[in-house]
Amino acid sequence: MVYTLALRNFIHDRVSLMVTLVGIVFSVTLMAIQIGLYYGSQQVITDMISHAGGQLWITQIGAQSFDDSGLLKGGEKYAALSRPGVASAIDLGVQTMVWKRADGAQQLVVVVGTDPEDQGLAAWNLIEGAPTDIYKPNAVIADKAYLADLQLKSIGDSGEINGQKVVLVGVTDHIRSFTTLPYVFTSLNRARSLMHAAPNQSGYVAVKLKPDANVATVQADLQKNIRDVDVLTVDQFRNRSIRHWLLNTGAGAALIAGAVLGLIVGVVVVAQTLYASTKDHLNEFATLRALGASSGYIVRVILVQAVLSAVIGYLIGMAQSLLIVWLSRDTQLVILVTPMLALALFLITLGMCMFSAISAIVKVTRIDPAMVFSR
Amino acid sequence: MSSDTLLEARGITRALGEGEGRVMALKGVTLSLRPGDLTLLMGPSGSGKTTLLSIFGCILAPTEGTLTVAGQSTAGMGAEQLADLRRKSIGFIFQSYNLFPTLTAEENVMLALDVRRKPVADPRKVAREALEGVGLAHRIKSYPSKLSGGERQRVAIARSLIGDPSIILADEPTAALDGVNGKAVMELLSNIAKDTSRSVFVVTHDSRILPFADRIVRIEDGNIVSDVRQNRTTVSEKAS
Repeated sequence: MVYTLALRNFIHDRVSLMVTLVGIVFSVTLMAIQIGLYYGSQQVITDMISHAGGQLWITQIGAQSFDDSGLLKGGEKYAALSRPGVASAIDLGVQTMVWKRADGAQQLVVVVGTDPEDQGLAAWNLIEGAPTDIYKPNAVIADKAYLADLQLKSIGDSGEINGQKVVLVGVTDHIRSFTTLPYVFTSLNRARSLMHAAPNQSGYVAVKLKPDANVATVQADLQKNIRDVDVLTVDQFRNRSIRHWLLNTGAGAALIAGAVLGLIVGVVVVAQTLYASTKDHLNEFATLRALGASSGYIVRVILVQAVLSAVIGYLIGMAQSLLIVWLSRDTQLVILVTPMLALALFLITLGMCMFSAISAIVKVTRIDPAMVFSR
Repeated sequence: MSSDTLLEARGITRALGEGEGRVMALKGVTLSLRPGDLTLLMGPSGSGKTTLLSIFGCILAPTEGTLTVAGQSTAGMGAEQLADLRRKSIGFIFQSYNLFPTLTAEENVMLALDVRRKPVADPRKVAREALEGVGLAHRIKSYPSKLSGGERQRVAIARSLIGDPSIILADEPTAALDGVNGKAVMELLSNIAKDTSRSVFVVTHDSRILPFADRIVRIEDGNIVSDVRQNRTTVSEKAS
């Protein structure tokens, strides 16, 4: 009967029910989107590193993220290849450059120079064109989310990078950058030309190890034998990139602050409505107490109401969040709501509603059953 | 407490309020309830009737004196132990019925059964039988708002009886009812009190219900001023 009473009380006060649900839905949606953006940002920040496939990265000293590349001194690829445990080393050219659109306007882009034949970083999620099209004259590949920014519409359209004409030969889907500067893939040689780099220079070297090689041993060996570079594991480079963009810039804190705000709003709204609902039913709780109900029994009624609020509010809030994620799928924003995040949010919502029930529970445990005689 | 006593109060005093506003609502009340009795407690407003009922119902603790309910002394009991005693031994009937508006008549009775933690195979069936017992078989699915005052009070009586408590405490059960419904309710209570394992204690202002009592106790200014037994059957027949 605890559940029946809790459910009936829950749906009896329609206005209170609506306010409660609106509060929880707002809270769940805000938390899902903010944390989804945080996770999406993490993914976007590390996507290039993850897709390059190497176990170690040779970077400039202090390189903070994939987008933050200059040029290495040169020869690092062959220096790495000469060391024990190294199976292959892949040069990558990465640099921020100016894209000149057909209308003359300028747009910063991050040029990624890569040779697909190296089995390293190559444009993925191609929806038009093929990876090897990048070897065509002046070829570039860009993501469909940024075509409008680059004033490109279809394969064959052209623009300029650093004064050199480039032609769109392929289009990818969902390769976004955290900074919203479009990634533009081109061949390594063309990238070197655009960057005015020597033939043995690159921005990074992605190092693949032999199957029996120990990552830490090879990392230490490369660090010792190649001068003026950082040698990082994939995880170190990922973490450094995430720390740089999400923590050092404050962007991550802003996203987390939004999620915390959602949680606070949820707690306040649910606490207020549950307390008001409990006050409205105070005489009924006093009657229960007079009939001999234990305080645990009465607390269960309130907690069941809280759980009902949480479950219904969560379902609506999560449905709304997934709709927002779906609607934003073709924008430059990446909102990543994973099953684990959905589960975590459910538990947070449940905890939030039960925490919010504390004031109502305190009220009801102080109830004087003698009030049943005062009406 | 003698074996033929369900509730025994000795030297009960109860102070209400603090400081200069402190008053003695009860001044040494000694009273016992026996099985098979319908006892009326009458007295003017402020005489201590409801305070005594609250103490008998283990809702208020006496300032002084001892209370023994169903063989258990309440001395030193905490709130949860007192609730346990109410759950096992006491049924309440309130002036304002105190039914749960979001539950049907049947569910109101089932709730009391649930609170009493009585293990029954089919609580719905037990609740229906209790409602049939008070003449409400046709109203089991009705919500309190759809019931008349008399019907609500009969639901409250069914609720008080569920789980078979030995003591029924009623606070002005006919105050909100017209003559016909008040008489019907008192007839029900009178029948309940015929069960020799049970005692019914009714606080009232309503002199119309005097004929239904086995015993009439009068209280004034916190003191019992009279305690008279009468032949309920004979008086009831005269009244009708």
